[in-house]
Amino acid sequence: MKGNKVFDGLKVADFAWVAVGPLVGQLLASFGATVVKVECHRYPDMIRVVGPFKDGISGINRGPFGTLPNANKYGISLDINKPRGQEVAKKLVAWADLVSDSMTPGTMAKWGLDYESCRKIKPDIIYYSTTMMGQHGPLNRFAGYGLQGAAYAGFCELTGLPDREPLTMVTPYTDLIAPQYLIVCVIAALLRRRKTGKGMYFDQSQVEAGITCLAPLVLDYVVNQRIASRMGSRDPYVAPHGTYPCRGVDRWVAIAVSTHQEWRAFCQVIGEPDWTKDPKFATLLARKENEDELDRLIGEWTKDYTAEQIMAMMQDAGVPAGVVETWEDAGNDPQLKHREHFNFLEHKEIGRHAYHSPAFKLSKTPAELRKASPCLGEDNEYVYQEILGLSDDEIAELLAEGAITTEADAPATISGL
Amino acid sequence: MGEQQNSETMLGGYRALDLTQGAFSICGKLMGDLGADVIKIERPGGDRTRNIGPFYKDIPDPEKSLFWFFLNLNKRSITLDIETDEGSGIFKRLVQTADFVLESFQPGYMDELGLGYGLLEDINPAIIMTSITPFGQTGPYAHYKVKDMIGTAMSGAMHYFRYLDSPPLRLTPLPQFELLGALSGAAGSMVALYYRELTGAGQHVDVSCQQIAAGNIMHGIDVWEWMKVAFRGMGPGQFAARPTGLLYTRMIFPCKDGYVYFMAGGGAQAGLVTSSKRLVEIANRDGMCLELKDLDWSQLDMGAIAQEEWDRIQNSLGDFIRTKTKQELFDEAIANDVILIPTTSIKDVVESPQFKSREFWVEVDHSELGESIAYPGFPIKWTELPPYRPQRRAPLIGEHNSDIYEAELGFSKEELVMLKVQGVI
Repeated sequence: MKGNKVFDGLKVADFAWVAVGPLVGQLLASFGATVVKVECHRYPDMIRVVGPFKDGISGINRGPFGTLPNANKYGISLDINKPRGQEVAKKLVAWADLVSDSMTPGTMAKWGLDYESCRKIKPDIIYYSTTMMGQHGPLNRFAGYGLQGAAYAGFCELTGLPDREPLTMVTPYTDLIAPQYLIVCVIAALLRRRKTGKGMYFDQSQVEAGITCLAPLVLDYVVNQRIASRMGSRDPYVAPHGTYPCRGVDRWVAIAVSTHQEWRAFCQVIGEPDWTKDPKFATLLARKENEDELDRLIGEWTKDYTAEQIMAMMQDAGVPAGVVETWEDAGNDPQLKHREHFNFLEHKEIGRHAYHSPAFKLSKTPAELRKASPCLGEDNEYVYQEILGLSDDEIAELLAEGAITTEADAPATISGL
Repeated sequence: MGEQQNSETMLGGYRALDLTQGAFSICGKLMGDLGADVIKIERPGGDRTRNIGPFYKDIPDPEKSLFWFFLNLNKRSITLDIETDEGSGIFKRLVQTADFVLESFQPGYMDELGLGYGLLEDINPAIIMTSITPFGQTGPYAHYKVKDMIGTAMSGAMHYFRYLDSPPLRLTPLPQFELLGALSGAAGSMVALYYRELTGAGQHVDVSCQQIAAGNIMHGIDVWEWMKVAFRGMGPGQFAARPTGLLYTRMIFPCKDGYVYFMAGGGAQAGLVTSSKRLVEIANRDGMCLELKDLDWSQLDMGAIAQEEWDRIQNSLGDFIRTKTKQELFDEAIANDVILIPTTSIKDVVESPQFKSREFWVEVDHSELGESIAYPGFPIKWTELPPYRPQRRAPLIGEHNSDIYEAELGFSKEELVMLKVQGVI
């Protein structure tokens, strides 16, 4: 193992697209694995066609959304629909320790790259399939993304104001949950393989992963027949709990008071106004009953201070409170800076731009993001020549046949959102 | 309770000492799900997480918290006050034979007790200590008190999360901030475990919930940098930033008996093109959306289309969606490759044929309640090993004191009584 890279020497054939599968590969790559991402100019990964684009000019290599899960990876352009493309893909499988898949069930099989086929090539291969609904079941062919996944897992119905429509997740939230489960399983399989020499196949349902983060409410239904409903920013068990308007334009602070001590401290910070002495707000039960008025009164205080001031005052007094940060705030957040969360890497077409770091710091083997996400096919030369050992003639043939794709094969317009 | 053979589970043979509290406990649960021997260490009298609802039959009892039940499934438990000298000594003995120590205390707390990573490493060089906190062990916010929503707010993931005319809103009434952070902690623990298998050396895994929550803002840093655009409210839809101005796409549409999630789209997103086209065809059969009949979705320039025109198209689809039920729409969607799906209630989730067919729900025996309860299971199926089966329900207070203290550590019953009276266990 070179230096302190945990997964140095580990090889991943990353056929997965969009988010969850690629995020697993990116995590492994952040800790030293060699990950080859397989794409095709003819059918660009959906994330590559989502804007905004650098300088407002659309292009499959110009949108930062398309770079989110692919830092540290080598990118090749290969059309696996072509028989010669499949041959090359199989060479990649023969090279790999891990294979990722996120296609609609049956697609990899059509290409001769399903688990059983890969096992014939590499008997101890570890292969992970991750889709919204999993490989089987009546909905297995539903081709949606994390936004739909979060909706079907139950997140939307639980989010928003009680008397209004559910909120869309904005972020495909299950895309953050699902990779954690998969990473744990994949590493466990790697460890098991060291002991037994055997590989393993994984079939993940991203929606099911999402459901585990709603489990207490599921149990509440199973046991108590209670169907949980959305409650804005409130909490079933504490008050005050919400976001309040602050001085400035569209500035908010989030405050949560859980214990009696916190309530006393909160009242002190806001200057012990008379209303806090009203029995209507003296106990948690009373505050719950008068929560609309409580929130209104708090908002009348908060509006005279900046969110930053309120956070500082409350935190000094031991009351949980925090600025509701905008993207601009997050980019300047001192704690995220301290953690070096946003890594700026030089992308060939986008230039220097931000990547997220892993959320955990390992004391002896730090992660390292060193390479921006590849442009489509950026690393063809390195992978085809150095990793797969193809000759110049072979590569020329593959290009001529269109098994290795080029920018000329990309769709004419990709003015996606 | 039967223990599964080590060779029959993914993490059988590994032991974790779980000091985490609240929703952070999902980290140890994941390990327990995969067969690890996870020992929850609660303060004498029981962890305060047991006071968090909802409760079994709404009985607020520390042995009936459904929140506790799920997050501490597949774990054993002992009571131990690590703040006492004796308790700390016992903990160190346990560290000798453990693989993981999981904790979620305020940064510095374990150090103050003489139980920081450096000291634990001296006791057991292979120990992996995973510390899960809102912001990490160090830094300007490391000692801030946050609870769920506040952490999410401070990650930049909440500001735009609302209707156009509402304050920013919370993501579900559950502590997603801690849950996601703790799941990320499990991933980090495994990276450390892999390193240890290669080298024999453990290490400290310092998890920040804020960092993983910041993942929600995706490419927001770049978008702000380039366009100085701050989205204000998304409501049941989403804004897309583009040079010609923001474009709002509705995603949640009311239907006859609830809501469905549907995103119209065009241009180069082939899946959305097909999806939108097919929905129009379905609507046309009912004599609706006729004006969209000849729309070539693949030629829609999402970068240039005017909001008014986009609204007209979406409203037309919305009018059709309004006339059908969730099930009717979903059945049509599945048959026709339309990316439309109901926004489910918890009831819909439990009743969904998909999860049942995958045997996602698992029965957990709660003999102390006189019944078994169906829990969400594990979201990944594997080959080679027997399928996921819960090892045991969440533990009762001090349930495994005898197993650990007597059988393993050799304390006598009389000694245990003394430790109990002293408040050590």
